[in-house]
Amino acid sequence: MNKVLFFAHLRDEAGAESVMMDAAGKTVAELKTLIAKKYGVTRLDTAMVAINEEFAPDADRIGDGDIIAFIPPVSGG
Amino acid sequence: MNYEISKTPIDTQAVIDKVIQRNAGAITTFIGTVRELTAGKKTQYLIYEAYESMAVKKLQQIGDEIQQRWEGAEVAITHRVGRLDITDVAVVIAVSTPHRADAYEANRYAIERIKEIVPIWKKEHWEDGQEWVGNQLETVAYPTGKPEGEDLGE
Repeated sequence: MNKVLFFAHLRDEAGAESVMMDAAGKTVAELKTLIAKKYGVTRLDTAMVAINEEFAPDADRIGDGDIIAFIPPVSGG
Repeated sequence: MNYEISKTPIDTQAVIDKVIQRNAGAITTFIGTVRELTAGKKTQYLIYEAYESMAVKKLQQIGDEIQQRWEGAEVAITHRVGRLDITDVAVVIAVSTPHRADAYEANRYAIERIKEIVPIWKKEHWEDGQEWVGNQLETVAYPTGKPEGEDLGE
C-alpha cells in the first residue's frame, strides 16, 4: 500500500490530506492520470511528485510502501 | 538544527547566532515579510503551509549547495508556517562567509532556491476571497511544470 499526500489547492480539491491506495508498479505519470480521475483534482500537469520526500520524474516507478506527495507549484519565501 | 520550519514567531537573532564562526568576515541576514499590497490587491493575512519533513530536507539541500559554491559559508534558514499578518516575518536566512561579497550572493541564492524547490505554500486572504498562490510572478519557478536538472538532485 501507498500513502498519497495532497497539499494546498490539491488537498482542497481532493477533500483529504492523504489517501491510502495501492500504487506499486505504476509510474508517476500513470498515478497522476489515475488520481486526476479518481479524486477529481485539476492542474496536476503543473504539480510535481515526490517519492519518499524527493522529487521524482514522470517515468519513475513507485514501489510498495513508498510515500507519494503531489506538490503544486511552491510559493514559500 | 540549522534548517527549521516554525509554527511560532521566528527569533531572528537565534538564526544569526547559528552561523557565527571565527573565519567569517560578514554575516548577511534576509528577512522575508508579509506585504500588504500585491498588484494593487490588499492582503488581509496569509496562511503558510509546508510538507514539513521534505521542506527541512530541501532547506538542507540549499545549504549544501551554498557550501559547495561559496567556500567557508555557514547557512541557517527558518521558515514560518501558520497564519501570518501584514509585516510578520515569514522567513529568515542567515549566511556567514569569510568575505562580504559571497555573503550577499549566497543569501540571494538561498531565497531564490526556496521559491523553486521547497514545498511551502501560501494562501492569500483578501477582503473578497482567498486563493492558494502558485507560481509567483516574481519567480520563474518550473516553466515546464516540474523541476529539471539539478533541482531533482539529492
